[in-house]
Amino acid sequence: MLKTILRRILQSIPTLLIVITITFVLTRMIPGNPARTILGPQASAEDIAEMEIKLGLNKSKVEQYADYMMGILHGDFGTSYVYNRPVTGLIAERIPKTLIITLTSLAIAVAAGIGIGVLSALKQYSILDYIFMVLALIGVSMPIFWLGLMLVNLFSVQLGWLPALGMGSMKKGIGDVISHMVLPCFCLATIPTATFARITRSSMLEVIHNDSIKALRARGIKESSVIWKHAFKNALPPIVTVLGLQLASAFTGAILTESIFSWPGMGTMIVSAIDNRDYMLIQGTVLFIAVVFVIVNLLVDVVYMLINPRVSYEAKGGN
Amino acid sequence: MAESKNLTAQDALGQEAQARMLKRERRANNVWNKLKRNKTGMIGLVIIVVMILIALFASVISPYDPNEIHPLDAFMKPFSPGHFFGTDQFGRDLLSRIFYGARISLVVAVGGTVVGGVIGVLLGLIAGYMGGIVDAVIMRIMDGFLAFPFVLLSIILMTVLGEGLINVIIAIGIGNVPSFARVVRGEVHIVKNEEYCNACRVIGVSNARLLFGHILPNAISPIIVYATLNIAGAIISEAALSFLGLGIPAPTASWGSILREGKSSLTKAPFVATISGIFILITVLGFNLFGDGIRDVLDPKMKQ
Repeated sequence: MLKTILRRILQSIPTLLIVITITFVLTRMIPGNPARTILGPQASAEDIAEMEIKLGLNKSKVEQYADYMMGILHGDFGTSYVYNRPVTGLIAERIPKTLIITLTSLAIAVAAGIGIGVLSALKQYSILDYIFMVLALIGVSMPIFWLGLMLVNLFSVQLGWLPALGMGSMKKGIGDVISHMVLPCFCLATIPTATFARITRSSMLEVIHNDSIKALRARGIKESSVIWKHAFKNALPPIVTVLGLQLASAFTGAILTESIFSWPGMGTMIVSAIDNRDYMLIQGTVLFIAVVFVIVNLLVDVVYMLINPRVSYEAKGGN
Repeated sequence: MAESKNLTAQDALGQEAQARMLKRERRANNVWNKLKRNKTGMIGLVIIVVMILIALFASVISPYDPNEIHPLDAFMKPFSPGHFFGTDQFGRDLLSRIFYGARISLVVAVGGTVVGGVIGVLLGLIAGYMGGIVDAVIMRIMDGFLAFPFVLLSIILMTVLGEGLINVIIAIGIGNVPSFARVVRGEVHIVKNEEYCNACRVIGVSNARLLFGHILPNAISPIIVYATLNIAGAIISEAALSFLGLGIPAPTASWGSILREGKSSLTKAPFVATISGIFILITVLGFNLFGDGIRDVLDPKMKQ
């Protein structure tokens, strides 16, 4: 067990190296000279040349790559050209704001999605089941940036109930921040809720028709205990896999959602970094998100192995 | 004598009946007929066909030129005379823009899936068939690409490539390569050790012929299912990129670019964003329904 987990960890090292390389290559391919972007269109050729030396852009690509690699190994993600501050500091400042909406919405999605899925499975083919499953199907097909706009239009523009933009301020009390969180969180939670509902339903349906569950019922064990302690526990592995995928793709959703609601997190930061050709900041943020992605996948695999001992990773041949 | 003659007649009758039954069974199990019995899959297919027809005949059924500007007619409400869906901030007819937008959105979604599919399938075939170090190198690179959130990867690719129809197709295509490669590699792993593949190797069939003539056709079902579901995702990706201003440049209409314009006029004319989004939602729903349908038909093992 420990050996397979260790091997899985070792396997993610080459992936991380490839991620760093891809990020480096892609950001260097973005057209436009960052030295010119920083200094503005009026800058003289000498100023630009000087700035290029300062930024290390005059070195060969191989040297830049080596510098970048060495930096990362020392925990240095470079300095943002635009903010003139270390990238790690900027990420550290923004990450809690992104986490607060992604984690809140995921928590809502897990609770609502699993609840709906279990209920649908228990009442299979009932009207409730049909309504839930049609809603879930619409949910997974929803472009979330459109949903965001519709929510803004309805609750902010038409009804004026909720603020549409920004994060609010703690100075005005926690209520202000929470009221700013409602729409982005609802928007971000939609797709995961629908996905959880669908996977929970199908996984539960597979389990509850098992003889083992019938046997438990026959022994007169309390229904709630049969459902949650036994059936749900056995239906859990596919749900955990989906949870991992959703956790990772929540960042993607956050990029779009944040840009609709002007939420001051990683998403808005990366979109403006791309506009400003802020190489180091793009590189750093993308790398950070990708690393989180790899680590989350790793954790999901480990949790999967722990809750489902039947999975033998040796038998699967390396992947 | 008469008895035996009778028997053969009966045999012939029996054989005929059996043949008829087999024929009926074969017809019932034919992919199309199976699909016809799958109600939700058929709903999806109808939606897709309608959208394709709209895209094909956009120039015939659109009442106006989609880029024709009439500043005086800006922000007319839906159901106004002459403008069924109303007009946008430049007085352009929204119905015509939606019809023409269907063209761009479908071309990008299908194009991106084909680009990603062709490259991904080739890489997956090679990785799965060769195994060993080639497999490890290809799949680790694919893992690297998969570590990027899809939208993020497309955003960076679009900044590198610049706006434009072909570039959007390429960006979405590249983003799709790794998952296609993964699906195909997994299938090849299963298929390549089957008896008939060993038989081919024994009689000296070339690697290329074995791969493309025998392994690929037997691994095609999951590829078709994945590709259909993938088109749904690609429609959303195009819309997302255009929405962020990185996709199809103005004034060309795509559902995403109309949605972007709808965002800026949300307070004055919320219907612009609403209508374009509904078309995206319905089309994505169509591909999802149809994809689930053909999954059930082609690959009952994958049925959820």
